[in-house]
Amino acid sequence: MSSVSVRLPTVMRPQANGESVVSAEGESVGDVLQNLVAEFPGLRENLLDDEGSVRKFVNIYVNDEDIRFMEKLETPVEGTDEVTILPAVAGG
Amino acid sequence: MLIITRQQWLKIVNEAWRVYPLEACGLLLGSIDAESSTANVERFVPIDNAAASAKLYALEGSQFSKTALSADREGLEIVGVVHSHTHTRAYPSQTDVSEGTRPLVPPDWHWPILSLAGGFPELRSFQFDQKSDDKSSDSVGIVEEPIRFLE
Repeated sequence: MSSVSVRLPTVMRPQANGESVVSAEGESVGDVLQNLVAEFPGLRENLLDDEGSVRKFVNIYVNDEDIRFMEKLETPVEGTDEVTILPAVAGG
Repeated sequence: MLIITRQQWLKIVNEAWRVYPLEACGLLLGSIDAESSTANVERFVPIDNAAASAKLYALEGSQFSKTALSADREGLEIVGVVHSHTHTRAYPSQTDVSEGTRPLVPPDWHWPILSLAGGFPELRSFQFDQKSDDKSSDSVGIVEEPIRFLE
């Protein structure tokens, strides 16, 4: 199984020992996120809902591509990929 | 307080007129002094408005992700988000407040708004003061902050 780097938004960093980038294993984005919250349980509340889906208003990117425009949580990842978690930012 | 150079302010104004009558938006990079709630804006990075609307904006995700990465690499923080109001005054809308206080949005961000409604650009800046754990918009105070322009 490959390990990829995950770039965390500033609000999540305190729940990951203050790190901006952590590594997590997985062959898909969904795997990576599950392993991420297994290692840093404090990240779960802001990231996943009770069913384990990514919360609304949270966007996940693989190498700057939004996973909604790829294969969502099934999007495959490998060693050199970088997963980025960011809030959706909008207004009126 | 928001501190910004006239050069970066002009870039915001230019971007707002460029996409007018749609709303413009972008990220502000620099540093935040937490104690005094002061944002020192070193750079405005325009981001496409994914909503492509005169009434709404949404930061285009791929550009947001790239900018967040390059800011990290340069040791800059994202200090806030600026957007334009093309038909209303430079004051946060209900949508600005509810979207700007979502859980992963940093509570220390600054939210300047550039209004073009009067035919002349007016920049005002705000922070959203989340007083309690209750995230209903009634509990969020809109706090206007002074802007200091640097040459």
